[in-house]
Amino acid sequence: MTPFADIEEQIDAESESATPLAADALLNLGEEVLSRWVEARGGTPTVDTREGFRLLALHRQGAKGEPSFNACRETCRELVYQRNLIVAEPDHPDTGQRVKLAGLVAKHLCLFVGGKMEVSGLGEFCCSSRELRTGSG
Amino acid sequence: MGEQKYKKVAYYPGCALDGSGHSYNRSTKAVGKAVGLDLVEVKNWNCCGAMEVKNIDPKLQTYLSSRVMSIAANEMGFDTVMAPCNGCYHNLKKAEYDLANDADTIETTEQLSTKAGHATYEAGQIETIHALDWIKQGIGEDGLRERVKNGLNGLKVANYYGCMYTRPRHIFPEKDKGDGSESTYEPHFMDDLLEAAGAENVSFPLKTACCGGAHTLSDSDMSTKLVLNILKTAEACGAEVIATECPTCHSGLEMHQIRAEKEFGQKTEVKILYFTQLLGLALGVRPRKLGIHENVSDSMSFIKEKGLV
Repeated sequence: MTPFADIEEQIDAESESATPLAADALLNLGEEVLSRWVEARGGTPTVDTREGFRLLALHRQGAKGEPSFNACRETCRELVYQRNLIVAEPDHPDTGQRVKLAGLVAKHLCLFVGGKMEVSGLGEFCCSSRELRTGSG
Repeated sequence: MGEQKYKKVAYYPGCALDGSGHSYNRSTKAVGKAVGLDLVEVKNWNCCGAMEVKNIDPKLQTYLSSRVMSIAANEMGFDTVMAPCNGCYHNLKKAEYDLANDADTIETTEQLSTKAGHATYEAGQIETIHALDWIKQGIGEDGLRERVKNGLNGLKVANYYGCMYTRPRHIFPEKDKGDGSESTYEPHFMDDLLEAAGAENVSFPLKTACCGGAHTLSDSDMSTKLVLNILKTAEACGAEVIATECPTCHSGLEMHQIRAEKEFGQKTEVKILYFTQLLGLALGVRPRKLGIHENVSDSMSFIKEKGLV
C-alpha cells in the first residue's frame, strides 16, 4: 500500500504538471485514499461505481457505520466535478487552473482521511506510530 | 420578500459566541438591528451538548438541546430559535429529529426535564434556523439591497460553510426543496446575501470541506494542514476574503493561518471575516460595532484599503 505521505507527493506532482492527463490521475489517487480507509476498517474496497464513478461508491462504502465520514462527501463530489471539467474541455485555456484546483481538492481528501485514520487509531496513522510517520522517532 | 415570522425570533448564541466567537455575536446583533430583525436571547440558556457531551452520551446531548428549545417555546412563547453557530444549529436540529423519531430519547428527555423542573420539549414546538436563514428569509436579497449604504465594491469572496451546516441531510428536511430553499449539495444562502451586498463570489470547491476543528487538540499539525489547504484553495480561486458562518471554523482558520506561517513557513494573505461582519460593513455599521477588532487577525487596514469604511 502507498503511504499517505507518498500519495500527497503524487498529488502535488500531478497538480504541478498542469496537463489534462492529471485529471484521471488525481481521481485515481482519491480512490487510493478512500481504499486505504475501507481496508483499515477491515473491508474490501468496492470496484463498483456510483453515478459513474468508483470514488463516489468508495465514499458511500466508507461512510457506512461512520456518519462523520460524510464530512468529505462534497469533497469527493468536487473532485469528480473538477475532473470532469478538465476531461470535457482539455484544450480550455483554464485547464492549468482547473488541474491546480483538482489537486487542492484531492489533497484535502487525503489530509481529511489521514486525520480521521489517526483519530480512529487505524493503520499507520494510529497515535503510537505518529513518531515513525513524522520521522521524529 | 421576507417572512414575517422571522422578524422577531428567539436567539440562542451558544457558548462559542460568548467567548472566542464574540465578534460573530456582536456582528449578528448589529446586522439584525440595521435591517429591522429583532432578537430576544433565550433566558438562562445552556450548552447544546456540542461534541463533548455528544461523544459520551448522545441522549444527554439531546436533552441539553431540548432544554434550550423548551425555554424558548414554553417560557418565552417563541416558535423559532435562531442559532448562528453551526454546532448549536446542528445539535438543535438533531435533537428535533431524535425527539420526533426515537422513543428511548423521548423517555430520557422526559425524565431529565422533570428532574430539572421544566416543561418537556415536544418535537414540532420550535423551528430552529441558522443566521443565514434568518437574514435570507427575514428580509431577503431585495430587502438587503434596499438597505445597503456602502456596497462591498466587488470584493472577491470565498464563502466557507464548513461541514456541519448541511449534514446529515435527514435532520434538515427543509433543505433541498428546490427554488428558494438551501441546498445540502451546493449551499448558496451566504453567496446570495453577500452578492446582494455587492461582493463578487468566487467559485470555491472546498465550501463544505472539513476545517480540521475536531483534530485541533489531538493533532494540531493535521488541523493546520487542512486549514492551509483551504486558505490556499481560496487564494487559488482569486478570493481576497473567506466569509465564515461558524465560530469553530472561523477560529480555526484564523489561528491555523498564523500557525501555518510559524510552523511550516507558509504564509497566506487571504482575510477571514464573518459573513455578518461583511454584511454589516455594507449596511454602514461601524467596524467596532461589528467586533472586527476582536478577530484574531487584523483586517482593519484591508477594510480601509478597500473603501469599506
